[in-house]
Amino acid sequence: MRNKLHALWRTFFGDSARAFGSASVILLLLLAIAPAKNYFSQWRHYQKQYLHLIRGRADAVTLERHFQGGIQQIWMPEQQVTDRCTTCHLGLKEASLADVSPVAFREHPVIPHKLTEFGCTTCHRGQGAATTVEEAHSATEQWEQPLLPAKYIEAGCGQCHLENQTGTPFLNQGRQLISSSGCTHCHTIKRADGTYIMPDDDPPSLKHIADKTTREWVYAWVKDPQAYASTATMPNYHLSDDDARDISAFILAQSTPLEPPLQPLKADAKAAADPAAGTTLYGQSFCASCHAMQNAAGMMVGGNVGPELTGIGTKAKPEWLQDWVANPDHYDPVTMMPHYRFDAQQVATLTGLLESKTEPDFLANVHLDNATPQQIEHGKRLVVENGCASCHEINGIKKPENFAPELSRIGSKPLNQLIFVEGVEHTLPGYVAGKVRNPRAFGPSLKMPQFKFTPQQIDAVTTALLALTDRAQSQPPTMRIASVQQSKYQPAGNAGQLMRDLRCLTCHMINGHGGDMAPDLTWEGTAVQHEWLTQFLKNPETLRPALIRRMPKFNLTDAEINTLADYMMTVYQTPEFDRDSLPVSQFGTAQVEQGRQLFYSKFACQSCHIADYKTDKGYIGPALAGTGKRFNAAWVYHWLKDPQALRPGTIEPNQHMTDDEARALTAFLMSLKSGGAQEAMKK
Amino acid sequence: MKQVLIAVCAVTLLMAGCSRKSKQAVPLQATATGTAIVESSGGKQIGYAGMPLDQPVVVQVNDASGNGIAGAAVYFSGPSGVSFAPASALTDSSGQVTSAVALGQQAGRYKIMASTRDASRKTIELNLDEIALGYQQTVGAQLNAQYCVRCHDPESTPQRVSNMDNLSVKPHPFTEGDTLNKMSDADLVAIISHGGPALNKSPQMPPWGYTLSKGDIAALVSYIRAVADPPYEAGGLVYAQK
Repeated sequence: MRNKLHALWRTFFGDSARAFGSASVILLLLLAIAPAKNYFSQWRHYQKQYLHLIRGRADAVTLERHFQGGIQQIWMPEQQVTDRCTTCHLGLKEASLADVSPVAFREHPVIPHKLTEFGCTTCHRGQGAATTVEEAHSATEQWEQPLLPAKYIEAGCGQCHLENQTGTPFLNQGRQLISSSGCTHCHTIKRADGTYIMPDDDPPSLKHIADKTTREWVYAWVKDPQAYASTATMPNYHLSDDDARDISAFILAQSTPLEPPLQPLKADAKAAADPAAGTTLYGQSFCASCHAMQNAAGMMVGGNVGPELTGIGTKAKPEWLQDWVANPDHYDPVTMMPHYRFDAQQVATLTGLLESKTEPDFLANVHLDNATPQQIEHGKRLVVENGCASCHEINGIKKPENFAPELSRIGSKPLNQLIFVEGVEHTLPGYVAGKVRNPRAFGPSLKMPQFKFTPQQIDAVTTALLALTDRAQSQPPTMRIASVQQSKYQPAGNAGQLMRDLRCLTCHMINGHGGDMAPDLTWEGTAVQHEWLTQFLKNPETLRPALIRRMPKFNLTDAEINTLADYMMTVYQTPEFDRDSLPVSQFGTAQVEQGRQLFYSKFACQSCHIADYKTDKGYIGPALAGTGKRFNAAWVYHWLKDPQALRPGTIEPNQHMTDDEARALTAFLMSLKSGGAQEAMKK
Repeated sequence: MKQVLIAVCAVTLLMAGCSRKSKQAVPLQATATGTAIVESSGGKQIGYAGMPLDQPVVVQVNDASGNGIAGAAVYFSGPSGVSFAPASALTDSSGQVTSAVALGQQAGRYKIMASTRDASRKTIELNLDEIALGYQQTVGAQLNAQYCVRCHDPESTPQRVSNMDNLSVKPHPFTEGDTLNKMSDADLVAIISHGGPALNKSPQMPPWGYTLSKGDIAALVSYIRAVADPPYEAGGLVYAQK
C-alpha cells in the first residue's frame, strides 16, 4: 500500500517539470469549480426542464420566442423589489400553460396587476434575490420571511389597499373583526396613510352600573360573558372566582347614581305587562332590526347593532329598563339607540316584555357576601392590571395609554423578538394565528383575553394583521389606495337636534357619515315630495316588500315632523340638477302609454319592481306603485339614466336608456299614484 | 480487508443518505368492517384556494342493510396540497367520520377520496368533488352575491328572498352546467353585458355592461365556469390524485 502511494507521488511530483505540470492541472481544476457550480445550478436545471416541456407542445415556437435564458430579474428599487423568481417560474405569462405540471411553470392566476409592475415578493414574500428553491421560498438564518401561505395571500393586497376590495373577502372580514371585536381599544394600529383603525364595538360606560344591574350579574358576566349571551363581544378573561368577586365589588362600589335619579317602577307596569301586546309592540317598533333574541325554537332572530336581549330581564333592573325604554339618552348620551317617544302605556308594555325575558340559570349559583374594603382594593388592582378602563368608562380609573403593544408593523415583526411556545408553528403567521386563537397559551400571566373566533375568523384576523408590514409603511405614497374615513357630518339646528335624538345616523348615511342599514339620505330632498315625506314620517309604510328591517314608527308631533321634512327638503339636495326641472304637466297620455310598454316589455322592470299590485310580483327593488306621489319627476328621470351616479353601489343596473325612453318611463312611473302595500292589500 | 471494510462503510452511508424518510403513520386498528361508504355531507363545497372548507366532510360506513357501522377505519386522501384533519379515523357510534379539509393553493376542482376496507380487505372508495376559487373567481363570487343570486339562486331564506318565482322566464342557476357549459365565453359575456335580448332571450335579464366593468364580467364568467355541475371542461382544472 505504502509502496503504491510512493510510486503515485513519484509519477506526478517526481521532478520539477512533473510537479509544475501537476500543480497547473490542479489549479485549473480549482478554477473550474466556479463555472461548474454555475453550470450545474438549480435554475439552469429548471430552465432546461422548461425548454423540454415546451418543445413537445403545439405552440412551441411562440413559447420559445418568449423564453429568455439566464437569470431574470424584476428590479424596482423604490418599491424594494429585487425579484429573480421569473428565472425559474418561466410560464407565468403564458396562458396556454395554465394547467401544466410541474406547478412551477404554470401561468399565474388572473390578478389585476402586472408582474413587471409589482414584482412577486410584494405579495408573496420570500427572498426575491435568491436563485435556489430553498433560499427563495423558505426561512433561512439570514432571511426570516418565507413565502406567505396561500390562505393569507390577501395580506399582500392589504399593504397598499387600505380600503376594502371586492376580491379580498378575508382581508375585509379580518379588518371588520378587528374593529368590531374592539382590538384597537388596547392595541394601537396606525395605517400607512396616517389614519388609525378605530374600534366600533361601543362598550358601555360603567359609571352608573349599579343603577342598571346587580353585583351578582356583573360577577357572572365577567366570569364568562358568552354564558349570558352567545353573541356577546366581550372576551373571556378566565378570572378566578375570587378575582371576579373582587372586580364586581369594585365596579359596583365606584358606581354613582344617575342624575336625575331613576324613577320608581310605575305601579301599573306589571299590570300592563301583557305579553302579547309586548311582543306586538316589539315587532312594530322593529327592535329586531338591531337587537337579537333567541326564539322558542332556539334560533337567534334579529340584528347585531345592539346587544342580544334573550336574558335582558336577568341583567337589567326593572326601573332601569323603564327609564331606558322611555329615553335611552338619560343613561347613555352617546348610545346608538333612538329615542322612540313611547307613551307611558307603551313604556310599561315594553318594560314588562323585556323583564319577562330571563335566564334564571345564569345567576342560579351566584351568592356573594357584602364586599370587604380589602376585596374592593384588590378589585381595583385587578381592574387596573387587566386594563378594563381601556374599553369601559369607570369612575376613578383613567383610560390607560398604549395598554398593549402597537400592531402597526406586526406583519414584519422579526421572529427573534417573539416568544414561541409548544404547538405553535415557528413562523410569523403561525405566531399571529396562535396568539389570536389562544392568547393565554403563551403564558398564563398574559393579560390578553380569550376571544370567541371560529377557525375561519382566526385566519381572517391573521390575514388583516399580516398586511401591516414595514413595506406598507415605507413604500412611496403613490402606491397607496387610502382608506375611506367616515366624515364627521352632523345635521344642524333644531332639525339636527331632533335627528340626533332619533339617531337617524345609526341606520342612514348622510354626507358620508352614518350606518348602512337604510338608504343614504344625502339627496333625499331632491328625490321625494314634501307631502310624501311628511306622511312617511308620520307612518312609515313598507317600501321594499322583501326586507325584514324597516323604518320604525316614532311618536313624532306634527311640529316635529314639519321641522324634519322642511330641513331635509331644503338641505339634502343634489347640486347636479333641480328637482322641479321636469314638470309632470308636460307628459301626455301617449308618453305615459309608451312608458308602460317600455316598463313591461323592453326593460321588463316588473321583474324586480311592482307597478301594479294586482299583476306584478317583483320584489328586489322598492315598490313603484306610488311613485307619482313619492318622487319628483326629475329625480326619476336622472335615476333611470344612471342609477349609480345618484347612489353609488345600488344594484339597479344602468340600462343605457335614450333620453326619450327615460322620459317616457318617467311619465309612466309618475302616473302611478296608488297607496302603499297595506292599502293595496285592503282593496 | 481494510478496503472491504471501507467499501462496506461507504455503501452503508450511501444507502442511509439515499433512503427516503418514511413517515410512520400509526395504523388504525379497525374493530369492524362495512360494505359501503357514503357521503353524509361536505361534498361539492365552494371554497377558496389554500383555505379550509367552511363545512367538514362527513362520510359514513354502512353494512349491507344500510346501517352505520362503528369502528371501521376510514382513510382520506387527495391531490397534493390538500390536507385532512384527521387524515384517518375510526367511525363513531353512528358510523360516521368527520374530517376538516383544507384545499390546495391552486384554484380548480379537487377530487378527494374517502376509503375503507370490507371484510375481504378489498378497498371501497368514495370520491367527492370540492371547488377552490382563485382570485378572479372570488371577485366573481362576490359580484354574484351582490347582483345575481337574488334571481339566479332558487334558494329562498328570510334574509334573502329569492326573486326567481316572480319571473315568467326562469333564470339558470349558475351551477346548471348542463345548459351553461354549452354556451361559449363570448356568449356569456354578451348576455351579461347586453342583457337577454342580445341572444334573443328574455329582457328580464337586464344589461350589466354599463354598470360592471369588463374585468368584473370576465370574473363572473370565470366564477360561473368554476361552479358548473357537471364541471366545465375547457377551462376548469381538475386536480386528481397522481
